[in-house]
This record gives sequence, C-alpha cells and structure tokens, in this order.
Amino acid sequence: MANGKRNVAQMKPGEVAVIAGLEDDDLSTKLMEMGCLPGTSIRFNFKAPLGDPVCISVSGYELSLRIAEASTISILN
Amino acid sequence: MQPSGKHAKIALVGNPNSGKSSLFNYLTGLNQKTGNFPGVTVEKRTGFSKMPEGHQAQFIDLPGVYSLYPRSLDEQIVSETLLNDKSPDYPDAVVVIVDATNLKRSLLLVTQIIDLGLPVVLALNMMDLVAKKQISYNLAEMTQQLGVPVVPMNARTGMGVDDLKNVLSKPVAPSGKSIFPVFDEAKAGVQELREALYINNDYKAYQFLQQPNTLSFLKQEDVDLIHRVKEKYQFFPGKFHGAETVQRYSFIQSLLDSVTTQPSAERKTSRSTLFDKVLTHRVWGYAIFLGILFLIFQAIFAWATVPMDFIDGLFASLSNYLSETLPDGPLTRMLAEGVVPGIGGIVIFIPQIAILFAFISILEESGYMARVVFLMDKIMRKFGLSGKSVVPLISGVACAIPAIMATRTIDNWKERIITILVTPLMSCAARLPVFTILIALIVPEKMVYGFFNLQGLALMGLYLLGVAAVLLSAVVIKMLINVKERSYLIMEMPMYRWPKWSNVGYTIYDKTKSFVFEAGKVILAIAIVLWVLASYGPGDYQENAEAYILQETENLELTEQDMEDRVAAFKLEHSYAGILGKSIEPVIRPLGYDWKIGIALVTSFAAREVFVGTMATIYSIGSEEDQTTIKSRMKAEINPETGGPRYTPAVGFSLLVFYTFAMQCMSTLAVVYRETKGWKWPMIQLVYMTVLAYISAFAVFQLLS
Repeated sequence: MANGKRNVAQMKPGEVAVIAGLEDDDLSTKLMEMGCLPGTSIRFNFKAPLGDPVCISVSGYELSLRIAEASTISILN
Repeated sequence: MQPSGKHAKIALVGNPNSGKSSLFNYLTGLNQKTGNFPGVTVEKRTGFSKMPEGHQAQFIDLPGVYSLYPRSLDEQIVSETLLNDKSPDYPDAVVVIVDATNLKRSLLLVTQIIDLGLPVVLALNMMDLVAKKQISYNLAEMTQQLGVPVVPMNARTGMGVDDLKNVLSKPVAPSGKSIFPVFDEAKAGVQELREALYINNDYKAYQFLQQPNTLSFLKQEDVDLIHRVKEKYQFFPGKFHGAETVQRYSFIQSLLDSVTTQPSAERKTSRSTLFDKVLTHRVWGYAIFLGILFLIFQAIFAWATVPMDFIDGLFASLSNYLSETLPDGPLTRMLAEGVVPGIGGIVIFIPQIAILFAFISILEESGYMARVVFLMDKIMRKFGLSGKSVVPLISGVACAIPAIMATRTIDNWKERIITILVTPLMSCAARLPVFTILIALIVPEKMVYGFFNLQGLALMGLYLLGVAAVLLSAVVIKMLINVKERSYLIMEMPMYRWPKWSNVGYTIYDKTKSFVFEAGKVILAIAIVLWVLASYGPGDYQENAEAYILQETENLELTEQDMEDRVAAFKLEHSYAGILGKSIEPVIRPLGYDWKIGIALVTSFAAREVFVGTMATIYSIGSEEDQTTIKSRMKAEINPETGGPRYTPAVGFSLLVFYTFAMQCMSTLAVVYRETKGWKWPMIQLVYMTVLAYISAFAVFQLLS
C-alpha cells in the first residue's frame, strides 16, 4: 500500500501484527463490523491452496478474506 | 412491554454460527413451520413454545447477521423486521444469541439492537466451550452495563433454555441504556425525522437516515422526506457508519475488560487449526472434498435403492390390489392408474431427499462448508462465480429451489445472477428417479475393480456432466453480462465441531416434508390430468377400439392377450395424450424418442420427476393383468420399427443427457422470477437450457446409433 506501509496480504503464515488502518472506504465499514479495527492485533493463519483467499485470526475468531481485501488492511511493523 | 394479542412474539437474532438454529429447534421442537417473509423467498421459520405459565410464545428465527447494516438481501430481512413496527413479524422481545467464546464481534449487533429500544434478552451460548478455555464472565456486571438480562446457556444440550423461558415469560423491559448516542451533527435531522414519521427512538430514526433505500417497507413519500432531511442537515452516511462502529467497539472493549477473567497465556494451536492443516491442504484438501462428494453419490445410489425398490413395489401391488378388488369403472381406474402411481411417484423420492439433506446439513453443521468456500473461491472466480456459489451449487444437488434461495448470501449482483442461471444444471434430486430408472435399464449392474458399482459410476458421470455444464455456461454468461461491480468475500471460518444430530434430523424432516407437500401437490395434479388425457380422446376411437382392431386384423389369428395389448396400444395412441405426443414427434425423433416419450417430455416440463410417473401411467394403462414395476414394464417395451427394445443405449443416453441439461421445472422458473423480480432471467434460462439439452441429446443419439 501507499507510504511504504505493509498490509495483511504481505504477511507470512504465523505472523502477528497490529492493524494500522483500513485503506479502502467501501470495505472499511464491513471489515470493522467483522472486528478488524485499527489497533486490534491479528494473526495471519494460512493461505488457501491456490494462494487466495487467506485466513486470519482477529478479535478472537477466524476470518477469511480475499487477497484483494486483505491488502486494504495496513499493519504496523 | 406487554405481549400483544394472545401470545408474545419473540425474535431470535444472532450472528451466523451462533447456535441460533439449535436454540430455535430446542425451543419449538417439531412444532415449527417454514414459510417465507412477505414478498421475498427468504426462508422464515416460526414455531411455538410452551412457556412456564402455560401460555404459548411464538418464536421467529431470523437470518444470521453481523450488524443492522445489511450487505446481502438475506441480511436485509433482519433490519426490516426490527425497524418496522407495523410489520406482522415485529417482535415483542428479541433474544440475541451470541457465541460466548467470541463476544467481541457478537456484541456489536447486541448493542445496535439495544439502541433500537427493543426489549432484549442476551443469551450467552456455548458456555461449555468458554469453561473449557478457562474464561469466566462477570454476568451481573454485564447485565448492569448493558441493561438487559443475560442468560448463560448451551443450546446444544439445552442447558439454560429453561432459564431463558423464565426470563421471557415475564414482560421484558427495554434496556434504557443508550450505548451509542447519535452524533451531535445528526441530532437535528434525527429530531425532525422523529416528529415527521412518529418514530419513538433516536437510533431507529438514525437508521432510517442511514439506509432509507435498503428498507423496502418505507413508502416512497417517506423515502423522499428522508432524502430531504439528509440534504438539509448535510448527513453523510458513510462517514457516520464507520465512526459508529468504532465507537461501539470501544464500548465493547471496555465492557469486556471489566467483565472478563481469562488465563494469561494465549491459547496455542486449537483443534480447528490442526483440522485446517489437513482439510485446506493443497492436495488433501481437494482430495477429501472430492472423496466426500463421491461418498454422497455412492450413498444415494447404494442406500436409497433398497427403500425405493420397496416403495415402487408397494405402490405397484397397491394399484394391482385396488383394480382387482374394487368394481371396474372410471373411478377405480383413475385411482389405480392415476392417483396411486402418482402418489407413489412422490413417495419414492423420500429416501434420496433425506440422504442428500442429511449430508448437506452435516457439512453445514460441522463448519466444513466454509472451508469448501475457502478452497473453491479462487477457482470459482475464474468462472464468474464466487466461493459462496459452491453452497448453492451443492444444495442444487438436492433441489434447485432452496439452492436459488441460498444465492441471497452472495452480495455481488453479477456473481449472484450467474449462480442463479447455472444452478439448475446441477443434477437435482428430481432428476435422480429419471436417472436411476434409465441407468438401471441400459447400464448392467456390475462391479468394477471389486468395489465400484458400474451403475453408481454412470450416475456420478452424469453429475460430473452437470458440473461441467455449470462451469462452461458460467464462463459464457460471465462474458455476456457486462457489469463491473466489486466483489468480495469476507467470511467467518467457524470452528469445527460435531454436528448436532437433532439439527440434522430437523433439516431432513423439514425439507422432506416441504417436498412432499409442495412439490407433491403439483406432481399428483399432473398425474391425474395425465391419466385423463391418456384415457380419453376425441371421436369414437376409445369406445370402439376393439371394432377398429378387428377390422385391421381380420386376417390374423390373435390370441386373447395379443388382442388386449393391441386394443390398449390403440386406445393410448388415439387419446389426447397420444395426439399431443404425436404432434411433437417430428421434433423429438432426431433425438431418438417416440410419441410415448414425447408425452413424458411434455408432462415433465412441469417437473422432471413426473417423467417416471408418466412412464408408470402410460405403460400401465390397459395392462391391468400384470401390474409389475415401472422398470420391468419399460424394459419390455418394444420399438415397432426395429423389433428390438425401445430403450436402447442410444435412446437411454440421449434421454439422460436431455434430462441433465433441460430446464424442466416450473417451480424453479417461478423462484427465479421472484428472486430476479422479472421474467427476463427465467426466460433466458429456459431458452438456453432447452437449446443446450436438445443439441446435446441430438448429438448423443446420432453418435451412438
């Protein structure tokens, strides 16, 4: 994403990070409702066999997202 | 709030996978019915439960949602029901059921419903898992901060359900807390709207301002009014929505911090993660998925045939018994040749439908279905579909009607339309009897490699043919529909767990019952109409059939049996059904069909399964002497042109392919009409599927004969 920030799509399996922000206005409300809030810690669990979608842990449960959606979630590192 | 009318109406609301269905089943038992929400085909389950004081309460099971801001049509129902106090389903109280192992996300919805001013009871489900994780909640503090009764429970075992009923049997007061007071910038607009539309609650008015276009119950003049108010006070829904969610979560976080006690160490790999290592593995994941599909088809073929043969035989002998014992006459014949085989044609489905829904329900209940979506998403997107299309497509193996209704969870319009258009190509349970009987006729019952049943393999081949047609059609339609709309997949991966068997049982019972009574009515009506058409005809051919035959065969020495058969065939040929079949014969002859099969094609346009019933009716008319099973009657049918059997492999495979592709189901067309709100898509669907069926059947027959 912009400003050289990393995003969830670039994380490796098992990696833990904190959400910095949501870069896409259309998706941000849905992602926040699903518990992806700035400041929340997330863990990247695994990718689907074909590389897309991915599965993350956030707010105490597991969520699957497409790569395109995961890349709108920027992380602090 | 006092229960209005004679019984309290209580809505069950919760996230998907929160155990809402288990609770609903536990509360209502078999005392439930499935209907539709007015104007839409979203399934609505309602049921009654006996409350402690002896009166009844009505429970409404609403679709699973994460928030009052709907993303799909399915979710819209919940907002519409809870925001429209004129709705017949508007509840006296709302039970919000949450997965207590996952409170943070679940409480978002709870706080929204509390803010609507509805009387809320919070049901904390899965308390057994909470205990296992060594987490504990201070329930008194939670009740205090939310202002609503909190009931811990385990909906799988029924623990806590009586407590919930006790709480609900007394009037529940609204919380009185306002967790999210509307923003200052929105206050004036909210106030104006409350006065103009007589709304009793700030947050409700705020919701109207946020999403007037998704709430279909609002009158056009109200929508216009809301837009004017938005304009006047510079109300920007997008910005406010995000800020509201952040504010709610900050309340939830501080609530959880003050009520939760949990062990310091984070749990490591859960059992679900271990399962996922295998079930979403690049090789094992797909291998297991294919294996499960294979198991389903083998099971349907191997397990269902025994009860099906039994039912087939039972109705044949009932028919036989009736025609022997009752005095001969039109009524007896209608009963023995029309009604009884007609009912038999419905009942014979029950084993297959039950087995299919058992599997689908187990896959849903165990959490595996979400993994299938996860595995298949990228592949499906290549075909213009979404991972979420897999669930409707798999349900389509049972019946296209619930499957098309299930497409409501797909939020992208184009992906949804494509899924709707191709779902009927999945071989549904109604095709099974057609497949079963034709395969039994033309494929020898043999084992290959010791354990593969050849007939089972043929059946699986037909299903795969349907799947191939689904994917190819989807690609073509994807290229034809030119719409750019963003598609996304943000989906919870529920934890793996054992299916709750009583839920599986309820699903089987529910789906089978609605099949027997809904589809059954059509099938029975068609069976009777068909019998009339096949038994009567214009002119004097019916009454004087014997005279005509005698005239034709003056020089032949005929046995009594021969004579009877000829008379029966003559009668059928000159009946209304025979005339109908003959009139379409030129069109279907290139596919290898005669006019008798033509009759079946015409009648089974209403519903495919009518094919078997039609065969039963056509081949039993006149031959009361030996009422054997449908299969043996079809086997004995002779093609007068070749002198060989009517059902040669070429004809059989041509018919199988025709039935795999043809859109022969009026109920599906009706559902597509309702779901797409117009005749455009159902008509496109009818035309493309019929053309596909005709050309393919033609090719198969010409190649094989």
